[in-house]
Amino acid sequence: MNIMTEQSLENAVGDKMNAKSNEVIKMRGDKVGVFYGEKQALFDVNLDVRQNQVTALIGPSGCGKSTFLRCLNRMNDTIDSARVTGKITLDEDDIYDKNIDVVELRARVGMVFQKPNPFPKSIYENVAYGPRIHGLAKRKSDMDQIVESSLKKAAIWNEVKDRLQEPGTGLSGGQQQRLCIARAIAVSPEVILMDEPCSALDPIATARVEELIDELRQNYTIVIVTHSMQQAARVSQRTAMFHLGYLVEEGATDKMFTNPDDKRTQDYITGRFG
Amino acid sequence: MTDIPLDTMAGAVARPRRDIGLKARYAAERRFRIYGVIAISVGLAFLAIMLITIVSKGYTAFWQTTVTLPISFDEKVIDPSNKRATDPSVLIKANYPKLAENALVAKLGIDPANKPMMLKLKGFLSEGARVQLRDIVSADPSVIGTTRDVNILAAANLDSAFKGQIDLSVDEARRKVSNQQIDWMNKLKADGVMAEHFNTGLFTYGASSRPETSGMGVAIIGSFYMMVIVLVLALPIGVAASIYLEEFAKKNRFTDLIEVNINNLAAVPSIVFGLLGLAVFINFLGMPRSAAFVGGLVLTLMTLPTIIIATRAALAAVPPSIRSAALGLGASKMQMVFQHILPLAAPGILTGTIIGLARALGETAPLLLIGMVAFVADYPKTPFDPATALPVQIYMWANEAERAFVERMSGAIIILLVFLMAMNITAIVLRRRFERRW
Repeated sequence: MNIMTEQSLENAVGDKMNAKSNEVIKMRGDKVGVFYGEKQALFDVNLDVRQNQVTALIGPSGCGKSTFLRCLNRMNDTIDSARVTGKITLDEDDIYDKNIDVVELRARVGMVFQKPNPFPKSIYENVAYGPRIHGLAKRKSDMDQIVESSLKKAAIWNEVKDRLQEPGTGLSGGQQQRLCIARAIAVSPEVILMDEPCSALDPIATARVEELIDELRQNYTIVIVTHSMQQAARVSQRTAMFHLGYLVEEGATDKMFTNPDDKRTQDYITGRFG
Repeated sequence: MTDIPLDTMAGAVARPRRDIGLKARYAAERRFRIYGVIAISVGLAFLAIMLITIVSKGYTAFWQTTVTLPISFDEKVIDPSNKRATDPSVLIKANYPKLAENALVAKLGIDPANKPMMLKLKGFLSEGARVQLRDIVSADPSVIGTTRDVNILAAANLDSAFKGQIDLSVDEARRKVSNQQIDWMNKLKADGVMAEHFNTGLFTYGASSRPETSGMGVAIIGSFYMMVIVLVLALPIGVAASIYLEEFAKKNRFTDLIEVNINNLAAVPSIVFGLLGLAVFINFLGMPRSAAFVGGLVLTLMTLPTIIIATRAALAAVPPSIRSAALGLGASKMQMVFQHILPLAAPGILTGTIIGLARALGETAPLLLIGMVAFVADYPKTPFDPATALPVQIYMWANEAERAFVERMSGAIIILLVFLMAMNITAIVLRRRFERRW
């Protein structure tokens, strides 16, 4: 351990460290295991997701980071053979409890997928769909307001405000992904899960989305799976490293990228494997 | 390795070229293309032969020879004892052919006392004249005592002769049309009295033993009833079954078994469905024979597998990303299916349904078993009345010996083909228009 490094780090991220005292645990995974049929994909993962922070999940392909992410809003339920063990809480409520409705959970924990997947409907309809099924807008004007503010928060309003009735699938890849983010925001979730949201985007679109993620942190809790070390370093406050279905290490991003405890993390972020 | 700088490439010594069998590979491709062209040509040739045969035999069926005669609705013939005011059945039973015969005799200037000539006149006009004239009188009895021009149907043999289908070089005794009749025909033709008109009767008449008064009216109505029944029953049942199997049912041995069975049912010979319909609907449930309703039920059973297979394929073709998107927003499974998956799968479902309907429209064998091969002269008022179907009508006419029936059979085939083509083109157009690519 290099004390000098630690100290300079502490100075650099002083504001974040100070904020630590009022950090709230938004979601908590407790000994989470996932089986696909007989095969176990995730082993005893204990991971906290802190409110108004970006938590990045990194690790080589097939390490279970996406699997863990999909547990957080029970998207694994859609796979017949998938089985989840352990406990995941959202504001201390067990999300796999019988009393928790999966539809309500997904309204609270939204998701943005790897490949932009707008509905083949108009831009307006894409954003309005979530609020409509959850009955969030009573009048047309309310809905207009939700659509506009969601698109603004997703930093795409200026590009689409004149063509809201055009199909969402006609946008460019980066715009589509921001539209998907707007769609997720529109239902006012508490947590947004992002599964490699930039892997299908070019560097410019990636930069826009990353900027956006940083802004969204003010109002939302974000968990992001990424293959890009730089992206994890740029956007996240906490990083969790997965390998072969195990959580290797979790901690403040700055520490993870400069002075990880585990050798595997060190090797991975320096590109020696993965 | 691939990024060799250009300058070293220029200096590189060319390696001797390896024999990697290019010639043989291209030859194989050329051979395969030739086989393909041959296969397509053979197919097209058979199609052309079939169409040419049918059309050349059948197009004349759309024309019918009539003789325009000034019919005098003579009270002495229709109602000799003047009882029609008290007994309306007089108007039904009256000797209407006599009216037509009188008019023809007058037109040709034959002496009614000349028995041999009068005998030859028999079979010149169609027996259908009875119905034609009766309908005129029943519709408006005040016509009695007046004279008006009526297009009387020529008998089938004269119709064939008029269309030039009878070989006049054959000895008169072995022909169905005598020389005298040919002479009269030519005379009437020269006068412009005997002429061909569009054969609306082909579409409106029911079954008849005389070709000139038989048509596909009953068959068209029967087929229409059946198509409606198939659509109303098979589409909702098929789509509901597919949605359940594809989206809601757990994938296990049991659903696999169901899937295998559905695929099997699609390949079951249609006559088996006919037997099933006969046993279950008619013998067990006591439904009426020859009814379009039972035919519709049988065809529904037959079409269901087709629709289910097409619908499941269309549902499965909707990309999983759309499902994830909807579920990720908190849509329930039901909302996901009905608000996203189903609209996207609709063109595929529609195409499958139309193709299934087209198959059902052309189906004959099961209908024979449930008694739809019947002599039905009157229009079926409800689907429970006896009716026939287009392909069955073709089958029945094909069993007739007379030339005019063969002509009508070909005409009916043309009409059936036109219906089928229209349906399949609709299916293709819909698929093109609504097809979505991701």
